[in-house]
Amino acid sequence: MDFLDSFPVMEQQELRDFKKGIDLAFRTFARTYGDAIESFFEPLLFFLVWLEKLLINSPWPIIILVLASLAWIASRSIVLVIGTIISFLMIGYFGMWKDTMSTVAIITVATLVCLAAGIPMGILMARSNRAQATLLPVLDMMQTIPSFVYLIPILMLLGIGKVPGLIAVCIYAIPPIIRLTNLGIREVDKEALEAIDSFGATTWQRLTKVQIPLALPTIFAGINQTIMMALAMVVIASMIGVRGLGVPILRAISNQYLALGLMNGLAIVALAIIFDRISQHYGKRIQKHREGRNL
Amino acid sequence: MSVVKIKIESLYKIFGANPKMVMEHVKNGVGKDELLAKYSHVLGLQDINLNVQEKSIQVIMGLSGSGKSTLIRHINRLIEPTAGKITVEDQDVMAYDKNALRNFRREKTAMVFQRFALMPHMTVIKNVSLGLDMQGIKSEETKEKASLWIEKVGLSGYEEKYPQHLSGGMQQRVGLARALTNDADILLMDEAFSALDPLIRKDMQDILLELQSELHKTVVFITHDLDEALKIGDRITILKDGKMDQDDLPADILLNPKTDYVKKFVEDVNRSRVLKAKHIMQKLNGEDISKAIKVNENDFIEKFIDRVVEEKPEMIVVQDKQNKNVGCISSKRLSEILKK
Ligand SMILES: Nc1ncnc2c1ncn2[C@@H]1O[C@H](COP(=O)(O)OP(=O)(O)OP(=O)(O)O)[C@@H](O)[C@H]1O
Ligand SMILES: [Mg+2]
Repeated sequence: MDFLDSFPVMEQQELRDFKKGIDLAFRTFARTYGDAIESFFEPLLFFLVWLEKLLINSPWPIIILVLASLAWIASRSIVLVIGTIISFLMIGYFGMWKDTMSTVAIITVATLVCLAAGIPMGILMARSNRAQATLLPVLDMMQTIPSFVYLIPILMLLGIGKVPGLIAVCIYAIPPIIRLTNLGIREVDKEALEAIDSFGATTWQRLTKVQIPLALPTIFAGINQTIMMALAMVVIASMIGVRGLGVPILRAISNQYLALGLMNGLAIVALAIIFDRISQHYGKRIQKHREGRNL
Repeated sequence: MSVVKIKIESLYKIFGANPKMVMEHVKNGVGKDELLAKYSHVLGLQDINLNVQEKSIQVIMGLSGSGKSTLIRHINRLIEPTAGKITVEDQDVMAYDKNALRNFRREKTAMVFQRFALMPHMTVIKNVSLGLDMQGIKSEETKEKASLWIEKVGLSGYEEKYPQHLSGGMQQRVGLARALTNDADILLMDEAFSALDPLIRKDMQDILLELQSELHKTVVFITHDLDEALKIGDRITILKDGKMDQDDLPADILLNPKTDYVKKFVEDVNRSRVLKAKHIMQKLNGEDISKAIKVNENDFIEKFIDRVVEEKPEMIVVQDKQNKNVGCISSKRLSEILKK
């Protein structure tokens, strides 16, 4: 039984041509539109470079002060403020200041991009079952496809640099904010919606006065996850030209520098913990009405 | 003299995948249970015909699942009917487009919900201002009106609290203030007091009646409690399985129940506690009232029964607030009513 023993494979030559065809088509596409796409992202690149320079060139005590105040404003937790200060002092002391600033810059920009694109998409998804049915599989794919795979078309299109790195980070980090915005809005209490409808709300009033405010805790969980996932992409992004803590880690891998890898890895962990706690605290704090009964 | 404010004509509501299709069966007399068993559609309402008089309190009563909430939500079209017509102030509500419907909801109606449906993320004053906010009325005026109603329902000092920090009774008063701040002619109240414990509930009923005596809204009030219906209603409609069983004055519901269902409903009611003098009085026809005792039209029988037993008058004269004679009750009629 020949048929059962060997899988019916596409002809070698045909298969090669098939792949070549796709590559060629995409390459042509990249050549035609690559520049246009790149200039589309120009403002983003400009912002990223500006932020990175600002963070690196400002005197370190000012940066620490600003970060500590941000931590305080967001969380009102003295423990978190002290933790932030100590972490950044140690990062600086061990010579990782500049890389850390680069990483903070790209994480910030990536998160902002994800929120600006992801929250409207989440809202759209919550409003239409068809949009949800279309987007859900796409999100599933974005979250499961190995990130190296989508690096390839990005590289072909944009080459090595900050913008392709940023896009790669965003593709990886955007699904949670979309998902959780959608979920949060869909879970909003039907009775609250009925009530606001009964007073003659417009679609926009419905969204801004009830749906988003009530979905906010869930949306914040999404923001938090998005930040964490962006951080997780730092090393991969540095493979295609993003500066930051990922670069020394790559160097450590290829040269087997244990201490270097460990230190930079721990710096990423420190950033993750700080961002996580700050965004969580902030999310909780703007939900004042959820505090316990205190009549 | 009496003007019909809300007119509902042959209203049907069927829940399910294809309501229009099974509508035919319903018109041919298929009942709620059969419709569910055979065609897996829920018969929400069937052939509702109801006129709500302006400035009156129309009570809709029925057991759980009888379609009360479904019916009241048709008046402001939170639910779309399967068939039928709804007219408010001679305007066909079903003909409204999105915009007209929104304006109708903003200007003509306000709703109080069974489970409050307050906005948990808004303070009491924000909640109460909701209706005016939707209309884009500027904030000082809104704040002023909201504060006024918060005061009227007795919640001054709680303006900046969140709903979670209030008791159920207080939350329901916020719901009432929210509806009243809208200053709409029509007040839709879906089991507004059912979630409250008896004492607070009585308070709320009194607040409502007091407000109504100065505001004269058209109120549609839903309850599954007969005592409440009799206390509040100018007219009572009884729903059963989505169908109207009886639509009458409170006293007639009590004294002349038309179906077994209504009979069962009113069986255990202590009449002397729920019937007021005005419910049972008859027109004055030049009777001899020289030896009659005088009662106020809003007195419950309970209140003057002792005097009747003691003084044994032939006749009881019923007076209004200004001590004008408005009717009379013969002692024979009184004893008949209490005997049944
Ligand atoms: N969206 C819906 N889909 C299907 N069936 C529904 C829907 N809404 C209501 N029903 C059905 O319609 C009937 C009437 O429901 P409704 O909520 O109007 O009752 P109710 O008289 O308000 O009861 P309660 O006193 O419990 O509030 C019930 O049999 C219910 O199951
Ligand atoms: Mg109900």
